[in-house]
Amino acid sequence: MSDLKISNLHKHYGGFHAVKGIDLDVPSGEFTVLVGPSGCGKSTLLRCIAGLEETSQGTIEIGGRDVTYARPRDRDIAMVFQNYALYPYLSVKENIAFGLRARKFAEAEIEKRVSRAAEMLAIGHLLQRFPRELSGGQRQRVAIGRAIVRDAILYLFDEPLSNLDAQLRDDMRVEIKRLHNELGRTMIYVTHDQIEAMTLADRIVLLRDGLIEQQGAPLDLFERPKTRFVAGFLGSPKMNFVDATATRTGVKLADGTTLDLPGQKGLKAGAAVVLGLRPQFITVAGKTVAKGHARVPAVIELLQPTGSRVQATLPLGGASIVAELAAHDVSKPGEKIHIDLDLTRAVVMDPQSGQVI
Amino acid sequence: MSGLPLHRRAGFRLSFRYLLAALLVIVFCFPVYWLFIISFKTPDEIFAFPPVWYPASLQFGNYWVLFKDGDAGTVWNSLVLASVSTFFAMILGTVAAYSLVRFKTGGENLAVWIISQRMMPPVAIVFPLFLLYVYFGWVDTYFGLIILYTAFSLPYVIWMMRGYIEDIPLELEESALIDGCSRWEVLWKVVLPMARSGLFATAVFTFIFAWNDFLFALVLTRTEVTTYTVQVTHYFGGQSNFWAKIAAMSVLGTIPVFITVAIMQRYLVRGISMGAVKG
Repeated sequence: MSDLKISNLHKHYGGFHAVKGIDLDVPSGEFTVLVGPSGCGKSTLLRCIAGLEETSQGTIEIGGRDVTYARPRDRDIAMVFQNYALYPYLSVKENIAFGLRARKFAEAEIEKRVSRAAEMLAIGHLLQRFPRELSGGQRQRVAIGRAIVRDAILYLFDEPLSNLDAQLRDDMRVEIKRLHNELGRTMIYVTHDQIEAMTLADRIVLLRDGLIEQQGAPLDLFERPKTRFVAGFLGSPKMNFVDATATRTGVKLADGTTLDLPGQKGLKAGAAVVLGLRPQFITVAGKTVAKGHARVPAVIELLQPTGSRVQATLPLGGASIVAELAAHDVSKPGEKIHIDLDLTRAVVMDPQSGQVI
Repeated sequence: MSGLPLHRRAGFRLSFRYLLAALLVIVFCFPVYWLFIISFKTPDEIFAFPPVWYPASLQFGNYWVLFKDGDAGTVWNSLVLASVSTFFAMILGTVAAYSLVRFKTGGENLAVWIISQRMMPPVAIVFPLFLLYVYFGWVDTYFGLIILYTAFSLPYVIWMMRGYIEDIPLELEESALIDGCSRWEVLWKVVLPMARSGLFATAVFTFIFAWNDFLFALVLTRTEVTTYTVQVTHYFGGQSNFWAKIAAMSVLGTIPVFITVAIMQRYLVRGISMGAVKG
């Protein structure tokens, strides 16, 4: 059964067309991440689902019920906001209990649910405090507590971690993933951070200019992007794009290097293409060349160590690419090495349309 | 360069500041003291020269006569008119301000139009109003003055509350809407607590405006709902002025405002500075 079904959803703000016809089907229990650059319509889409924005066209069903015109409180949803949305004049306990009180739950039930939520989030010792006495991470936990204390069909998260510092963000990401595993509820999560999207999602919905560019499992999008935009958006460091010319069996780079692309079909010899190579799929040459790999010489221009790995900038076919190598495989800029390109994972794109061929 | 060591100079500067502060306090408090002390003087003491700084005995009779003649009841009238009209103006004004902020009611210009009503000189409308009130039979009634004060305070309340409500993060309200509140519940459970300081500060000023009104009360009352501001003028006679009565009445009229401000002081400071920052 699907908990959320969106059909042909449009949203106009005056003359601005923010959401341009989105169809989305979210199965029960799934963790769906809406991701994309700012202005892609992901937050607007979430606010339409929540009922905080009226939709201009299309329908929204939650739990099999058409809620397109329902008020937010009649949609059976809970939401965590970016700025926590905690009431400064209420204690942590009353903040968490707010939704239950609004829905006239019995005092005993409120007591039970609040303490259970507080226990799950490890904020039991903070219940009597006020929001101003909490750290950013604690506030975010309370905000999440406010949502999970309710029995909603759909849990919405609007960039909940973007106000936290990097370390806390990593911790809370783990926390949210654990909560999803424990609760097994359907969650829709908006972020502009592709790492959050990759790590949290059962399914990523990548939006661009008010439309879904591609959706699927994180690895699926990572390894089999349909467009140059998807290829470039997901992954860090970013995918390398090198201009090339198609040959019968692969591509020819600007400096004349030819690369055979195994399994690549549909290439029109002589056509201009863009070769996409992820930094992670480039290695320093070993004893033998693996199947589907190509070995090319390179001179290291720049090194950026990140600990166990090092990001090496080097020239390839007239372009400058980044390779993520093992830290001890290279020593200094200017070093001449050979690198192996894993061409089984390479993608070829049409430079005009951006579509992957 | 001064030859004095640094800590001595700092000490001088501090004592100079205290001296200045003390002087200012005396300058500002003296009229209040003088009013207060006149209300306990005999007629001879009031006109004595050199002035009597404090009377030999306190003449409570000045107050007693006000209560005996029922004149003190005009303070009660003022209290009823000011409190009830403040109550209604706050309710209507806050709801209207919320509507202006959240639903953009009346577009960008309605709020400016509303405050422009406040800029009209009261004297321009008081006589047409008088004729209207005579026609409706509202002259010298609580109802008539409460309606007038409420209407007259509304623009101010709307304007002030609009600023305070704009400061409330929208997320707080949206979160409450999703959690199960209706718009009215959002207003009650989120907007009012969030705007509490501003609410109290605005209420105090609204109360004081009505409390201090003289013009409307003078024209639109006779004997039943005379306010204390009008009553005071009755003691200015053709032959002589009853200074002791004037002073005693003024003291009675000051006490409720004094108490109100004392209670609300905490909110007043915050409310005013909030408005100041927001502009």
